[in-house]
Amino acid sequence: MFFETAKLAWRAISRNMLRSFLTVLGVVIGVAAVIAMVTVGNGTTARVKDELSRLGTNTLFVRPGQWGPGRVSTEAKRFTDKDVQAIREQVTGLRAVAPVNRGTATVIAGGANHSTSAIGTTNDYLIAQDWDLAFGRNFLPNEDRGSHAACIIGETVRKELFGAANPVGQNIRVSNIACPVIGILAVKGQSGMGDDQDDTVIMPLKLHQRRIGGTTTISSIILSAQDGVATSKVQSDVESLLRERRRIAIGREDDFSVNDMSQIAAAMTGTTVLLTGLLGAVAAVSLLVGGIGIMNIMLVSVTERTREIGIRLAIGALEGQVLTQFLVEAVMLSIFGGVTGIMTGLALAFGVVSYLQVPFVTSPTIIALAFVFSAAIGMIFGYFPARRAAQLNPIEALRHE
Amino acid sequence: MTLPPLITFKQVSKFYGRGEAMIRALDHIDLSISQGEFVAIMGPSGSGKSTAMNIIGGLDVPSSGEYFFQGIPTSSFDRSQLTLLRRHMLGFVFQGFNLLARTSAVENVELPLVYRGMDHRERRRLALAALEQVGLKGRESHTTQELSGGQQQRVAIARAIVTNPAVLLADEPTGNLDTRTSFEIMELIARLNRENGITVIMVTHEEDIAAYGKRLLRFVDGRLASDQVRVKEPDHVL
Repeated sequence: MFFETAKLAWRAISRNMLRSFLTVLGVVIGVAAVIAMVTVGNGTTARVKDELSRLGTNTLFVRPGQWGPGRVSTEAKRFTDKDVQAIREQVTGLRAVAPVNRGTATVIAGGANHSTSAIGTTNDYLIAQDWDLAFGRNFLPNEDRGSHAACIIGETVRKELFGAANPVGQNIRVSNIACPVIGILAVKGQSGMGDDQDDTVIMPLKLHQRRIGGTTTISSIILSAQDGVATSKVQSDVESLLRERRRIAIGREDDFSVNDMSQIAAAMTGTTVLLTGLLGAVAAVSLLVGGIGIMNIMLVSVTERTREIGIRLAIGALEGQVLTQFLVEAVMLSIFGGVTGIMTGLALAFGVVSYLQVPFVTSPTIIALAFVFSAAIGMIFGYFPARRAAQLNPIEALRHE
Repeated sequence: MTLPPLITFKQVSKFYGRGEAMIRALDHIDLSISQGEFVAIMGPSGSGKSTAMNIIGGLDVPSSGEYFFQGIPTSSFDRSQLTLLRRHMLGFVFQGFNLLARTSAVENVELPLVYRGMDHRERRRLALAALEQVGLKGRESHTTQELSGGQQQRVAIARAIVTNPAVLLADEPTGNLDTRTSFEIMELIARLNRENGITVIMVTHEEDIAAYGKRLLRFVDGRLASDQVRVKEPDHVL
């Protein structure tokens, strides 16, 4: 019986293929948009997580203010040399403690110039980031102290300024500071967020503070725990040390944050959750519109087929049987839209993902959800027309032309 | 013990509208029809013959009075009980054939069986047998559009008898057919009455079609004007 009803419904739908397709276009677009964006989003998240995990789970980021979606406070006090010193001396289990200041700088060599990000830090930065040098050496103690200028440049900067030549030993100007190139960083490529990590100049912190930042404070500290040391232990040690040093009363919130990569990833995924919510709202609206479209065409269909309904009722179809027939038709129509939407969405996502060079990560949950939702749309919006069909008066229906 | 008559009307009335504008489509009709009869109903339009037909067919209900089917009063029947009465006891043949468009003859005939929940193979067997009985063997897979009017009415008759109903209700079955085809259809209906013992109730406004019936009811202004039993067989011989 069910098979019979499904066959009938399919016949009614395929008889008006173009109309059926146009009817479900709303559902198709809604579902396709959600599937495509979720799939692309998943790919990007996977890429970011992969990058972050490559940075190591034993890395901690110390920043002033609370950090997370909508929680960036700019009021918070920055760190000092003494904070760095205290962490180095009082927290055990650390492999590297790197103060990091960032700024932008124009680098010039010969006739070429290039705008890049200038990082002021110590040798610990390269340790914490597991970043090797392709050529040259890292900072000497006198350079670290800031008495001598020295620069380590990324591959992108090297290419921009020197082309194929090896610039180790040559002078460049970084924001008008003459600075000899002492090393070249190994190529790292794009970060999870899509920026070029090789587009950077690394210089001693003191030099950076004085000449680029114009400050004596430190904006962030990167810590790297030794192998086998729990990062959560290091994290809480650093937190209590900094609370003490920053004189934060018991019961008050930290005015700084210590996060590991998984927490930062979670914060970033938090943004994704927000986006997903927004997307869900858009999808809901388009599914609603799609549903109304289906209801509309089902009402037209009931009117067109009044006589047929009359025949069925006259020869012994129960109200419920006619209701089921039209409901199945509406559900089939919306599922047809849903499935078309899922396939279109996946195809779209595949295209975008290939273009962005991120992995193609399909989400069975969202696909199942899209399917269930589109079926539900048919059920909800098909009910009213189906009931109208079932409740027709057979005499009048038979008289209908 | 005598079986109750198949169909009994007791003071059946049907009114439309109310007050001054009230129309009495049926006015206190008493009537009974027994198993195996072939009843023709005639009357001018508006005489109540179609209303009577609709009430017999369970498509409409009396405003007052009682309609008994096999002795069972139907006034307490709800919509689905009336549907079940139609499904199991009645077969309909309409003036306009009322077949499903773009659907093959055999599928049209199967339709009432589908609603009975009969399985596919059994359904097909009965439908093919019914089509053979109405002389459409070999045209089972033709769709409605590929059949002539007479053939379409034969399909409709096959659909009506495939459930082996107690009564065949024919509402102007020849109204859309030419004279020759009309007589062919009437021969078929008369044969079903004669050979299968199926009770036939037919509305028509053509005397020579009504002549096929063994009993003739005439309606005028919602009343039963005459009720005669024919002894003479029709003289048309094809």
